[in-house]
Amino acid sequence: MSAHVEDAHAHDDHGHHPKETFITKYIFSQDHKMIAKQYLITGTIMGVIGVMMSLMMRMQIAWPEEPNVIFKALLGKWAPEGVMDADIYLALVTIHGTIMVFFVLTAGLSGTFSNLLIPLQIGARDMASGFLNMVSYWLFFISSVIMVCSFFVEAGPAAAGWTIYPPLSALPLAQGGSGMGMTLWLVSMAIFIASSLLGSLNYVVTVINLRTKGMSMTRLPLTIWAFFVTAIIGIISFPVLLSAALLLIMDRSFGTSFFLSDIFIQGEVLHYQGGSPVLFEHLFWFLGHPEVYIVLLPALGITSEIIATNSRKPIFGYRAMVASILAIAFLSTIVWGHHMFISGMNPFLGSVFTFTTLLIAIPSAVKAFNYITTLWKGNLQMNPAMLFSIGLVSTFITGGLTGIILGDSALDINVHDTYFVVAHFHLVMGISALYGMFAGIYHWFPKMFGRMLNKKLGYIHFWVTAVCAYGVFFPMHFIGMAGLPRRYYTNSNFPLFDDLANVNVVITLFALIGGVFQLVFLYNFFASIFYGKKAVQNPWRSNTMEWTTPVEHIHGNWPGAIPEVHRWAYDYSKPGHEDDFVPQTVPMYEGEEELQH
Amino acid sequence: MSTTVITAEAEGKTWSGGNEPLRASYGKMMMWFFILSDALTFSGFLAAYGFSRFKFIEEWPIADEVFTHVPFFHGNYPMIYVAFMTFILIMSSVTMVLAVDAGHHLKQQKVAVYMFLTIIGGAIFVGSQGWEWATFIKGDYGAVQTKGGNILQFGEYVTVDGEQKFKRVAIADFVTASATERTKHERKNGLWFTDEGTLPEYQMKDVVKGLEANSNILVRNQIIDKEGKKTVLTREASIEAIKNNGKRTVHGANLEMNEYGSPLFADFFFFITGFHGFHVFSGVVINIIIFFNVILGTYERRKNYEMVEKVGLYWHFVDLVWVFVFTFFYLV
Repeated sequence: MSAHVEDAHAHDDHGHHPKETFITKYIFSQDHKMIAKQYLITGTIMGVIGVMMSLMMRMQIAWPEEPNVIFKALLGKWAPEGVMDADIYLALVTIHGTIMVFFVLTAGLSGTFSNLLIPLQIGARDMASGFLNMVSYWLFFISSVIMVCSFFVEAGPAAAGWTIYPPLSALPLAQGGSGMGMTLWLVSMAIFIASSLLGSLNYVVTVINLRTKGMSMTRLPLTIWAFFVTAIIGIISFPVLLSAALLLIMDRSFGTSFFLSDIFIQGEVLHYQGGSPVLFEHLFWFLGHPEVYIVLLPALGITSEIIATNSRKPIFGYRAMVASILAIAFLSTIVWGHHMFISGMNPFLGSVFTFTTLLIAIPSAVKAFNYITTLWKGNLQMNPAMLFSIGLVSTFITGGLTGIILGDSALDINVHDTYFVVAHFHLVMGISALYGMFAGIYHWFPKMFGRMLNKKLGYIHFWVTAVCAYGVFFPMHFIGMAGLPRRYYTNSNFPLFDDLANVNVVITLFALIGGVFQLVFLYNFFASIFYGKKAVQNPWRSNTMEWTTPVEHIHGNWPGAIPEVHRWAYDYSKPGHEDDFVPQTVPMYEGEEELQH
Repeated sequence: MSTTVITAEAEGKTWSGGNEPLRASYGKMMMWFFILSDALTFSGFLAAYGFSRFKFIEEWPIADEVFTHVPFFHGNYPMIYVAFMTFILIMSSVTMVLAVDAGHHLKQQKVAVYMFLTIIGGAIFVGSQGWEWATFIKGDYGAVQTKGGNILQFGEYVTVDGEQKFKRVAIADFVTASATERTKHERKNGLWFTDEGTLPEYQMKDVVKGLEANSNILVRNQIIDKEGKKTVLTREASIEAIKNNGKRTVHGANLEMNEYGSPLFADFFFFITGFHGFHVFSGVVINIIIFFNVILGTYERRKNYEMVEKVGLYWHFVDLVWVFVFTFFYLV
C-alpha cells in the first residue's frame, strides 16, 4: 500500500519541481515512456548493424571469393583487395547472431514494448522502480557499445558462433576470434544479463503490484501477459547463461578445466584435464532455448492485441491464449537437449527431449488457430500494423512446421547444421519476432511520438519485406535438405554443391532487395517523428488503457486520478453499445453481461 | 460448491488490482525475484559440479581426507572446522531473524545489536573460509602426479587398537631434496602457450630414491574400492608406479593441480565456495550499511524497518545456498 501512497505523493509534488533539463529528460530519464524510446532507438541502430552483417554474409555466399567494393569499404584489412577473409566471415556469423538475438529481439523488442506498455496498459504511473529501469537501459547501452567495439580489436571479434562453444571460446589462441574479441563478448554479455535482470524484475513486480483498481489478472490485455511471462522466463534462464559465462571466463583466464580436457596445441600438451565441452552446451542451451521464447512471446502478445483491435472482434479463446503462454514458458525450460542431438548426448535422453519438444507444438498450434479464428469473419481494418501481424501468423506457421521435423531426433540428425535449420529458426523466431516488432512500432508509434507513420510507405515496407523474407528463407529449406552446411564461408570447394550456386544467388538478391527496402521504414520512422501527421488520442479505436492518456506525454501518464477498469480488453463490436469498441475504463451499464473469455 | 464460490470471490478481490496481492511491497518482491534468479545461477554451478563429479565418480577425492585441519590444533579432525563455520553462519541467520522481528516492534536498539551480531557472524565465516582456502592451497602430505594426470599418494600400514590402518606419510618425511638445480621454463625461452608454475621442491629421482630406501612406504592411487577407500598398491607395484608413471610432485591444490586427486575438485571448490564467499562478503557490506542506517535512526524516522527485512531475505538466501554447498562438497 505504501508504494501507492508514495507514488501518488510524488506525482502531486511534481508541479513544484524545477523544469527538467535536457539531461534528465532525454538521457538519464526515469520515465518509462522515454526509456522505451531509448531502447527502441538503440535496438534499431543495433538492428541496422546486424542486418548489414547478414547482407555481407549473403554476398560472400553468392559470389564467393570475388572482390567486392562494399567489403573493401566496410571490412578494411579483413577484406584485402576486397575479398572477404574466411575468419571475418565466422566473426560476422557470430556477431550477427548475437546482435539480432540479444540486442535487437530481446532488449530492443521486450525493452521497448514492456517499458512502454506495462504501465500504460495496467494503469500505473510508472514502473515500480524508475531508477532501476534507467540503470537497466544504461547497462544495455554499455553492453551494446562493448559488443560493437569488439569489431575494432586487433584479432577481430568473437568467432565461435553465437553459441560460443568451447574449446574455440575457451582457448585464447585457438583462432583469431578467440582472443580479445571473445573476452569482450563475454564482458558485454555479462553486463547485458545484469541489464536484463533489472528490467525483468521491474516488469514482474509492476504487473503484480501496480495494476489499477479493477484490472484483475484475467482482464489484462494479452500483451501484458506475454511481457509478464517473458520477464519470468528471463529471470529463470539468463542466470544459467551467467554461470556458464563465468565458468568459461575461469577456463579462459585462470587455467581451470571446467569445459576443457586433454588438448594438444602444436604438439604441446596443455594441462587441462577432465572437463567437458558438452557440459557447456547443457548450460548454454538451458538459457538458449527459453531465449527463443523470450524473443517470440512479446511478438505474439503484440500480435494478439493488434489482430483483435483490427478485426473489431474479441480475441478468440482468451483463457486458452493465457494458458498456452504459460505452457510454452514451462515447456521451454525442459527442451534444451534438442539442440544437442549430435553432441554425443545419450540417445535415450535425446528421445526424452524429442517428446518434450513435440509437446510445444500443442500450445503453439492453439495460438495459431486462435489468431485465425479471431480473424475469421472479422471486420478487418487493414493498416501496416495489421499486415505485419498477419505476416507473423504466416511465418509462425511455416517456421513452426519445420520445427516439428527438427524436434524429432531421428529427422534432425539428417539436416543438423544445414541451411534447413537456418531457414527454420529465421522464419519462426527471427522474422516472426521482427514482424511483431514492426507491427508494434506501426501500432504504437502514435502513442510514443504523438504522430502517425505514413501508411503508404508502411504498405511498401510490408509487401517488399514479406516477399523478400520468404524469397530468402524458403529456398534455404531445399538447399539445406540437399546438405549445404551452415556457417561455411564458401562452398566452391565442394563440387557436390555446384548446382546450388544459382539458388544462393537468388537468395542473396532477395536479401539485398529486402535489406535496402528497410531504408523505407527507417526514413518513415525518423521523418514521421518530426513531420508525421499529428495523432488523435485513440487512432485505432482500441479498448486498452494506453489510449485514454493524453497524446502529449506527461509524467505519471494520467493528468488526474488513474481511471478504474470495469471490463476486459476485448469488448469489440459488443451488442448494446453504440461504437464497435468499449474501452476498459467504461463502466458496465445496468444489466450488461460481462463477455468473459 | 459454496466454498468454491467463496474462494473465487476472495481471489477476485486479492488479484483484482489496486492493491498488493502478495502483501509485499515492490521492493521486497524484487528481492524475492532476484533471489530466484541468483538461486538459478548457483543451480547452474552445482549442476555442473554434479555433472563433473559423476564423470569421475570412482576417483573423486574423499572430503573427509581433504578437510581435516582445525586452526591452532595439530592432528586429524575431519569436518570439525567446517561444521563450526556452518554453525556460525546459521546462528547469524538466527540473529538476523531477531533483528527483523525487533524491527517489526520498532525497537531501534535491539535491531542494532542483532544486526551487529549478524555482521560479526558473517565476518567470522568469511575469515574462516579464507583460512580454509589457505590450508587447502598449502596442502599437507604432498603427492605425485603421473604422466596421465592422476595422483599417487604415500602412506604406511600401522596397527591402531589391533586393527591395520593405512596412515598417510608426507613426502618430506622420507624424501630428501637433491641439490641439483633446474631452470624454470618461461614464456620467453620457448614454452609459448602457458607459463610453468613454481618448480616442485622434489624431483622424481629423489622420490624414487626415498621410496626404495623406506621399505614400509606404499603408494595408493585414486580409485575408490568397494569399502569407499582409495586402492593401496603392493610394495612392488608402488615402486613401479612411481618409477614408470611419476611426472612431478604436487603440494596442495590450485586451479591446475590438486594433491588430493582430480583438479576439477579444486576448480569447483575454489569457484563455488569463492562465488558463495563473495555473496557472503557483499552481504556483510550491505549489512554494515544497513547497520549504520539503523544507528543513525533512518528507519526509526520512517517508522518502517523494511530495509532490514530485505537484507534479511538476502542473508537467509546466502545461508541456504551454503547448506547446499556444504552438503555437496563436504558431506556427500
